Amino acid sequence: MSAILDWFTAHPQFTAALIACVKAIVILLGLILTAAWMIWLERRLLGLWQDRYGPNRIGPFGLGQVIADMIKIFFKEDWLPPFVDKATFVIAPLIAMALMLLMFAVIPVAPGWGVADLNLGLLLMMAIAGLEVYAVMLGGWASNSKYALLGGLRVTAQTVSYEVFMGLSLMGVVMQAGSFNLRDIVEAQHGLWYIIPQFFGFCTFAIAGVAVVHRTPFDLPEAESELASGFHTEYSGMKFGMFFVGEYVGIVLVSALLVTLFFGGWRGPFIEAVPALAFVWFALKCLFFMSFFILLRAALPRPRYDQLMGFGWKVCLPLTLINLLGTAAVLLLSGPGA
Amino acid sequence: MADDGKQAPVPEIVQELFNRFGENSFTVQHTRDGMPTLWVDKTRIVEVLRHLKTGVSRPYKMLYDLTAIDERLRKHREGQPPADFTVVYQLLSIERDMARPYGGDLRLKVALQGEFPSLPTVTTVYVNANWYEREVWDLFGIVFDGHPNLRRIMLPPRFQGHPLRKEHPARATEFDPFVLDQMRQDLDQEALLFKPEEWGMKRGTENEDFMFLNLGPNHPSAHGAFRIVLQLDGEEIVDCVPDIGYHHRGAEKMGERQSWHSYIPYTDRIDYLGGVMNNLPYLMSIEKLAGIKVPPRAQTIRIMMSEFFRITSHLLFYGTYAQDVGAMSPVFYMFVDRQKAYDVIEAVTGHRMHPAWFRIGGVAHDLPAGWDRLVREFVEYMPKRLDEYQKAALENSILIARTRDIAAYNTEEAQEWGVTGPGLRATGLAYDLRKARPYCGYENFDFEIPVASHGDVYDRCVVRVEEMRQSIRIIKQCLENMPEGPYKADHPLTTPPPKDRTLKDIETLITHFLQVSWGPVIPHGEAAMMVEATKGINSFYLTSDGSTMSYRTRIRTPSFAHLQQIPAVIRGHMVPDLIAYIASIDFVMADVDR
Repeated sequence: MSAILDWFTAHPQFTAALIACVKAIVILLGLILTAAWMIWLERRLLGLWQDRYGPNRIGPFGLGQVIADMIKIFFKEDWLPPFVDKATFVIAPLIAMALMLLMFAVIPVAPGWGVADLNLGLLLMMAIAGLEVYAVMLGGWASNSKYALLGGLRVTAQTVSYEVFMGLSLMGVVMQAGSFNLRDIVEAQHGLWYIIPQFFGFCTFAIAGVAVVHRTPFDLPEAESELASGFHTEYSGMKFGMFFVGEYVGIVLVSALLVTLFFGGWRGPFIEAVPALAFVWFALKCLFFMSFFILLRAALPRPRYDQLMGFGWKVCLPLTLINLLGTAAVLLLSGPGA
Repeated sequence: MADDGKQAPVPEIVQELFNRFGENSFTVQHTRDGMPTLWVDKTRIVEVLRHLKTGVSRPYKMLYDLTAIDERLRKHREGQPPADFTVVYQLLSIERDMARPYGGDLRLKVALQGEFPSLPTVTTVYVNANWYEREVWDLFGIVFDGHPNLRRIMLPPRFQGHPLRKEHPARATEFDPFVLDQMRQDLDQEALLFKPEEWGMKRGTENEDFMFLNLGPNHPSAHGAFRIVLQLDGEEIVDCVPDIGYHHRGAEKMGERQSWHSYIPYTDRIDYLGGVMNNLPYLMSIEKLAGIKVPPRAQTIRIMMSEFFRITSHLLFYGTYAQDVGAMSPVFYMFVDRQKAYDVIEAVTGHRMHPAWFRIGGVAHDLPAGWDRLVREFVEYMPKRLDEYQKAALENSILIARTRDIAAYNTEEAQEWGVTGPGLRATGLAYDLRKARPYCGYENFDFEIPVASHGDVYDRCVVRVEEMRQSIRIIKQCLENMPEGPYKADHPLTTPPPKDRTLKDIETLITHFLQVSWGPVIPHGEAAMMVEATKGINSFYLTSDGSTMSYRTRIRTPSFAHLQQIPAVIRGHMVPDLIAYIASIDFVMADVDR
């Protein structure tokens, strides 16, 4: 036993890499479990807000429902409709899920806890978010079905429009923190969370975030009452499951980003005394936003496609630009060079 | 309203027609419902209809119904021209009707000879004759010359025969067992494929191809088995073809094989959200034929229960409407409220959605003890909930943006397409049968007719919401002023018949026995009664040949007319607008297809 420990102390680089790997795996598993658990959370919260119970039969508070659903979806026939473009059809949900997971890599969940500590973390994330559209677009196209195609078209237009200002809305934060590194951004929020100086940035980013993970009211790509299920109409079994869980990972991700960029990340009272609290604060803040997204779904109808695009280009984009210019002006005037 | 037998003065419009076309062009028929009924030669029908639509003052703008009767087995045709088949046109002039109750009705009949007769189409005069003529061709085999697209509408394309003809059996047991083999399935499916050319549509222009999107018959927003094929340019609807008939179950044919009494449960399922409201026009027509006068208590009970069903139907509309524009939650609240209403309905009638509770001459039982407490609880509970929904759903800015000025039509267009009910009132015309020609005692109630002005999707919802408040008002008045007295008429044809005297003398016992086992024999004649149902004007046009069963049961439903209008309204809109529009029509396919 002690020989093994000795070996590890003798090879510090290897040990560090191993610890990083373990941490990464823990975060990854934690993320997927959270996303799966969110399905339960969403159904229970919707039930609460809609005068009904939601799943409450399997396990305590119906928590076992998620496991039951997972088992079911894993054992479903892996059905490939005969008319689809096979390779693309299979790859699309993989992209959806993988990219969402990849984006989470740059997020610090607690001091020193995070998969990757990258100086251009935020940029990497935006770049991956740009690729995310391919998953749904390819899924919609490869399905060779009209409903899926319409869903794919909608999602492409929507994501492209909303990504324009999604990146821009964060530039205020980057300017203030002076870094693209999310850990630095969290550090920089010592004393004042960016929600105060960057309120408009927060608003537009939150909207863009919902739009990019296409949740209500931006769920036009799957708009059940119009397009049946939109881009994933032809999907079933685990391939559907990946789109489905991918969406929930997306919600966790957007919540985590909002928390990290605008709400001080893992910062909160008493973390100096009890360092473990850092993660608790982070999780609680995330939970708040996750619940908020569910509340949005419970409360809002769905705008029409052109109204949605109009809102993006005519309201959000100008607002973002004003915020950007405003922040730049304030920083210039108050900065050391002024 | 003239009762049969008494010679009524010649109605104004009949005199006008006599003056214009000569008295010899027409044969007057007296019907039990007192509706002016004229027989016209088939060569002149188009001319006469055109005159009625454009040539008279206060014109007949609406072709309310168009149907046919197979006359070949009918015994009692006194005073009517000889005919193998009759095509019946029922017109409605809302202007005339609002000036004088029942003043706007006119029925024209065309006598036809031969096995598969033909007559000219009237689609050139009334556009909405299109579907009605297709239906008559489909079910009777009567050909309309010059019809733009005379093909089956209710039955599948490969169906053999015309089921409303008398030689067509009413029961499946009279046919060989149905076999669906692979070949037949393939052929049937092939026949259902949409071919744009059959509808005069192009597959594309020089620069682009259109997408033909098959929406339904299984689609979450199609509200039942309804198929609509969209010709799309991007997401914009260039044109569309509604395809109905998936829910056709031959309700009219069943009317010819059930006793008058045992058909009541079938009527519940016509507009399956309307419950006992559907019983009402059917029973009112029978009562008109039989000359039964319904006692006030029974009438008030009928009104109360009908208004309960108006509320449950509108609540379902309200919830699904919000759901179709993407709001997820309201439908759950409204289902809770519906349940509260159904609790009352269940306590009174014993069933929830389809109580089949009205009877010839009254209702099935008296109100149960304690009914007033239940009803009072409901009328006190419901308005508060409606106020909440006002904020939660109706005033939501996204919802307004989705529905304001979408799929709007004006009063003229509405009449052109035979639109009635909230869809008509949303255009600003306060035409409600409960006020215009009060039936069943509605004249004794104090309520208003909600109207709106834009005639768009949003207004149709606003009108319905306000109608719920008015229904609550009516129910409250029923609660406070429920008359005492019998819940069934004291008339030999009341069904089930009064039983007090049956065990005392043999004659009453025999009558009772026959009436219960065979069913009542309703005197021969024709009557059509309309009611303001949940979705528009609903009527049953009954022809009795003096038997225990109806000779012909024609059910005119509002939803049929409303669906026919869809292409005219939705061209140029986008797919989500169509969904909002479909939601605002508030149809059920059972009501369309019968």
